[in-house]
Amino acid sequence: MSRIGKKFRYIAKGGGKAFIPYIMAGDPDLGRTVELVRILEDCGADIIELGVPFSDPLADGPTIQKAAQRALSGGVTLHKVIDLVADLRKSSEIPLLLMTYYNPIFKYGEERFVHDASEAGVDGIIVPDLPPDEAGNILSFSRKSDFDIIFLVAPTSTEDRIRRVSKSSRGFIYYVSITGITGSKLSMDSSISSHVSKIRSMSGKPVAVGFGITTPEEASEVARFADGVIVGSAIVKRASDPDASLKEYLLSLRKAIA
Amino acid sequence: MPALDELEKAYFALGKDRDFKREIDLLLKTYIGRPTPLYFAKRLTDYLGGARIYLKREDLAHTGAHKINNALGQALLAKKMGKKRLIAETGAGQHGVATATGAALCGLECEIYMGSDDIVRQSLNVFRMRLLGANVVEVAIGSRTLKDAINEAMRDWTTNVRSTHYVLGTVFGPHPFPLMVRDFQSVIGKEAKKQILDAEGRLPDYLIACIGGGSNAMGLFHHFIDDEEVKMIGVEAGGKGIVPGEHAARFAGGSLGVLQGTKSFLLQDDDGNILGTHSVSAGLDYAAVGPEHALLRDSGRARYTFATDDEALSAFELLSKTEGIIPALESSHALAEAVKLVPVLPKDNVVIVNLSGRGDKDVQQVARIKGIEL
Repeated sequence: MSRIGKKFRYIAKGGGKAFIPYIMAGDPDLGRTVELVRILEDCGADIIELGVPFSDPLADGPTIQKAAQRALSGGVTLHKVIDLVADLRKSSEIPLLLMTYYNPIFKYGEERFVHDASEAGVDGIIVPDLPPDEAGNILSFSRKSDFDIIFLVAPTSTEDRIRRVSKSSRGFIYYVSITGITGSKLSMDSSISSHVSKIRSMSGKPVAVGFGITTPEEASEVARFADGVIVGSAIVKRASDPDASLKEYLLSLRKAIA
Repeated sequence: MPALDELEKAYFALGKDRDFKREIDLLLKTYIGRPTPLYFAKRLTDYLGGARIYLKREDLAHTGAHKINNALGQALLAKKMGKKRLIAETGAGQHGVATATGAALCGLECEIYMGSDDIVRQSLNVFRMRLLGANVVEVAIGSRTLKDAINEAMRDWTTNVRSTHYVLGTVFGPHPFPLMVRDFQSVIGKEAKKQILDAEGRLPDYLIACIGGGSNAMGLFHHFIDDEEVKMIGVEAGGKGIVPGEHAARFAGGSLGVLQGTKSFLLQDDDGNILGTHSVSAGLDYAAVGPEHALLRDSGRARYTFATDDEALSAFELLSKTEGIIPALESSHALAEAVKLVPVLPKDNVVIVNLSGRGDKDVQQVARIKGIEL
């Protein structure tokens, strides 16, 4: 079982919920990313999502688009993010996920990517523009190691699609809280919780919810029914704030996700 | 994915629907003005002194380019699917104008995404879209051209998928778009085939079309693919030459990749990031090419080449002066290839060039390039 699977099992035993923050690797530089990972871990993150900068981030809103552009202009690539994880692994065992688009992986070579990434200590990936229908190759390579491929379910997903994602997704299932892009305004309604319960009962896998979660109140509301809460744009926006105020914000999220 | 499944289902169902087909055929005839003529360009033929050149006059279609064939088809489809709003990307503005037109005709709301660079060089079309009731949204991120407009349109579609249909303007993007857009555009080649048989009593030796995403070329090629004696040439934008960032010739300077839901040839760096492009023509200024063109290229059925900005600009002026037709800068790339190829062909050869759009929209930009103040 991967670090991610173990972490969810451990959290569930204690009756808690997973706090999954996202940061853009290399924004504004890789040195800051190392600091941020430490801060996130200190503030109680359970799993960290590292964004890999890409020129055309289709699923992302303006905050993460701009962060990706900053990282790209600093020369950050998928190779460098994998190297960064190898470095981080010298001092941390926190589960680490990469969130990247498909073309950088395709260009890297799928088999080589899964090999190099798991060797470096990456526990899995989220690839928003890769549906399970097109993921046959990478899924077969990932089965050889404890490498999780996490697929997304949208509010508009049909039962057929949920079934398909449930079958393929490993580690957890990513439920996208809204029809939209990262950092959009979250509209809390009862359909989110009923979708999440349905996906959990259909898949038997943990379901984490992301897209648009900003405030501790929202995080707390989502944590009532989800197994994990993913916060991205709101943290990326604060990534260059003074550490004290960033930590205060992260701790408020941690406290809310229980 | 659910939106694509819904679209595929609706499209395949309506494809078999006789009433839908009748409705489209009637509008093609009475609204777009089809069939567009196949014109024998005698003076250009004499000037080049080789094969006989015919121009498929898509520039005479309503709104001034082939884009309307697809936009109108998708607008009608969206209406049948119960959608209230159309969105689209546009580069040169022709697809934006065509979609705004389709939206007006069908009584749908319309929003067009356009890169800030393109808004500057195609200001006339921006105003046309607004006149047609569409809202033009400026895209100021990334390379600020067609690729980024597609990203923004896809983001909008993801957000408003329940009420909105995304009218993708070319044979690109996730299935069923490449197939559906090709089908709507294939009327070009269907007519051209009949017209050339009427005019010459035989099939042409060459078809030439410019390629941004590749919809006018797919539209011309489709009905000729099984006629192996007909050679097909796609012309990409060579920009200032085949140097990264200075052109949009995917087959000359690109490699296999996956962008915007499609696997095809892309201009990208070693890390899989998409490179900036350049072309004098906004409609060809795009980092990827339709997947069916990649197939035709790999099978050898079609040949792909490029024309530089300068070659396209001279072809633009040549056609204006010899035939009294001002072509779009996009179509001028196809003409530039004809200028190179035709003189070395025997006089009894027949070449069809797809004149995919008219050049009124480009007049200001060409004046700017020539340093002329209007």
